[in-house]
Amino acid sequence: MKHAYTWGAIAMVVLASTAGDILLAHAMKRVGDVGELWRQTCLWTVATRILRTPSFLLGVLMMAVGFYSLLFALSWADVSLVGPASASLTFVANAAAAKFFLHERVDHRRWTAALFVAAGVALLAA
Amino acid sequence: MTFRKYLVLGGVTLFAALGDSLLSHGMKEVGCISLPHWSSILTAVLNPWVGLGIAFLLFFFVSYTTALSWADLTYVLPASSLGYVLLAVIARFWLHEQITPMRWIGILLISAGVGFVTQGPALTADSRAPRFKESEAALPGTRQ
Repeated sequence: MKHAYTWGAIAMVVLASTAGDILLAHAMKRVGDVGELWRQTCLWTVATRILRTPSFLLGVLMMAVGFYSLLFALSWADVSLVGPASASLTFVANAAAAKFFLHERVDHRRWTAALFVAAGVALLAA
Repeated sequence: MTFRKYLVLGGVTLFAALGDSLLSHGMKEVGCISLPHWSSILTAVLNPWVGLGIAFLLFFFVSYTTALSWADLTYVLPASSLGYVLLAVIARFWLHEQITPMRWIGILLISAGVGFVTQGPALTADSRAPRFKESEAALPGTRQ
């Protein structure tokens, strides 16, 4: 049963983190190049525009959900399992979700990079 | 990609690694926090290392969202993952942790992944979300 809780929490971490990243990326693409905007206007206006984007706020909320799911997972299982499993799976899930939801062109180069980094993170935290 | 954009990606990498290391160092000083005394996590931020770690993680969040405003998510995530390598180096030389051969292989794989993704474009044409209309872009306080 503990095993199921652990993997359930890891799945929640991956889902919430991926959703958070996708929503933040979507929000920031809508806002536009922050550097260019800053040159045209003041910092306060740029910050207001970002904070008034609903997907940005939802993204931050999802990231908070991901963080607390990670804390729950860590209370049930060792960090040596939870850390690499959630980080690696999030890299791969992000590549798939970015292709599907953000319509990014995830070519073989980006898939290879995501898989290499995911494997590297798993080994680093092992 | 301009120098400024590489600087932002460097900021994502550096601030995440420094923030995590400082938090780790600070939380070791604070000690174990048990579930019945969960509220002591609120006072943990008073530890200077934890406070500094949180400040660096805020800088990380600003650089990360800035990078996402001009680059694809599938570019930013692998490109900034050198932070894991930096974290291992900090763990080895500052926290005096051992790096096993398996971890060195992991570092090599991450570096190869970063090398792969940074060869390509930061933003693909399909991912360009509809920007604000010109009328919306002219915000109050805009310098003309």
